[in-house]
Amino acid sequence: MAIKLEIPTALRPFTGKQASVESDAATVGEALRRLTATYADLHKHLYTDDGRIRSFVNIYVNDEDIRYLEKENTPIKDGDTISIVPSIAGGRRR
Amino acid sequence: MLLLSEEIGRGIREHGARGYPNEACGAMLGVDREENREVRALFPLINRRDDSPRNRFSVTAEDVRGAERAAAQQGLELIGWYHSHPDHPARPSDFDRDQAWPWYSYVIVSVAAGEPRDLTSWRLADDRSQFLPEEIAARAGAPPAK
Repeated sequence: MAIKLEIPTALRPFTGKQASVESDAATVGEALRRLTATYADLHKHLYTDDGRIRSFVNIYVNDEDIRYLEKENTPIKDGDTISIVPSIAGGRRR
Repeated sequence: MLLLSEEIGRGIREHGARGYPNEACGAMLGVDREENREVRALFPLINRRDDSPRNRFSVTAEDVRGAERAAAQQGLELIGWYHSHPDHPARPSDFDRDQAWPWYSYVIVSVAAGEPRDLTSWRLADDRSQFLPEEIAARAGAPPAK
């Protein structure tokens, strides 16, 4: 079973410049854990210190946001594509 | 080093002034090279933070995808983001750093009482500990942004 993980440009310096990585994980959470186990420097950009996916990291399975599926427990099957899509935020202090 | 033509710099400053007193934001499309990166076009966006637009900005994942498509259509890459700091220096806040992605250039323009002032650029350190200043150089004779 093979699924594809699409890596956004901003994170490719941490995946040896690869735009996509294959995985045989069964859930989104497992695929991301394996990805960050292989490319350890990615971890801090995707997860907070307490292990939650950062608020500006959006994960899609075939264009469906996992927040509207089963979040990290969302099952994945052969041929699925997981995309990591940034959202951008900031602003001056109060 | 970030190469900016006078026209691109003016575009960022004018967007910041138009958005005042709210924060204005947009994407920067260009070319990333080993030795430098060059902004060739701007992709102005709507600040989605309508609850506190004077001190926050937000760009949705859909907007990011739209900016990536716009870049691809012009044979460019999405290389960074700009936003304004109304009545505040052009330095990243802790909130900017908490929310930042690596690799992108983050340009900030200060807008004082509606007038655009300093324009700076920053890159997040790979360990997320700080924003590092990125030198801005004038790009003379750049082709006009589309």
